[in-house]
Amino acid sequence: MSMFTIFSVSGSAISAQSQRLNTVASNLANADAVAGPDGQAYRARQVVFQTVPMGNNPASQGVRVQDVIESQVPNRRVFNPQHPNADGEGYVTHSNVNPVEEMVNMISASRSYQNNVEVMNTAKHLLLRTLQMGQ
Amino acid sequence: MFEPLTRRLEFFSDALQLRAHRQQVLASNIANADTPGFVARDFDFRQAMDSVRSRGPELRAGAMPVLTGGDARHLRTSATLADVPDRNRVQYSVQTQPSLDGNTVDLDQQRANFIHNAVQYESTLRFINGHVRTMLSAIQGQ
Repeated sequence: MSMFTIFSVSGSAISAQSQRLNTVASNLANADAVAGPDGQAYRARQVVFQTVPMGNNPASQGVRVQDVIESQVPNRRVFNPQHPNADGEGYVTHSNVNPVEEMVNMISASRSYQNNVEVMNTAKHLLLRTLQMGQ
Repeated sequence: MFEPLTRRLEFFSDALQLRAHRQQVLASNIANADTPGFVARDFDFRQAMDSVRSRGPELRAGAMPVLTGGDARHLRTSATLADVPDRNRVQYSVQTQPSLDGNTVDLDQQRANFIHNAVQYESTLRFINGHVRTMLSAIQGQ
């Protein structure tokens, strides 16, 4: 029954999207984090999606998170000599998270998640109707 | 003996399996809506249905390796359309709004197609149910 692979395809998409939501959550949580004594501040993380074949049918293509990469945008530096973590020139290094970007990313991930849940619901409905065939 | 009774049923079962196959293709498109470089796929239902109908029952039965006997009276399993490795059937859908990462999935279009296909699947199911009911009442003569 080919329709059953819809669940694995949409399931893989849901897990990939939830991982994307997870990175958004950690990025937003660390949006205001400053660099510690080692001078390394938090860098925003992004997931990289990749198509992965599911089952022996070429028509069913799932998703997986291929990699989690760190953003290479330069960290934000703020002049604040009173701050305990300020460096020799009086600058504090903040994380390079852009909250607006993260919010947009979050909305996109949540919509994609909802879409895939909807797909699974429809597939389940159709399979249940197929079970009742001939009655 | 039962051929006139089941001929139309075979047509509906082919249609149903094609619908299930298309449902799967569309689900993959929706799942990959955010994957960079993914190319959306789809196929023309009418063309696919024509090619399936023109193949004939013996070709369709040969697609599944298990239970193929040497004698014509041996028991056979019927082939499932989705298991036929016919990559030519899947084509690429038309792109309307290109995106920078090379992804060609138009989510609105895919969702509309998905719902449309689901309704068609269910209506095919209803045709089958109606046909079965008609045949049963014809057999019972009531």
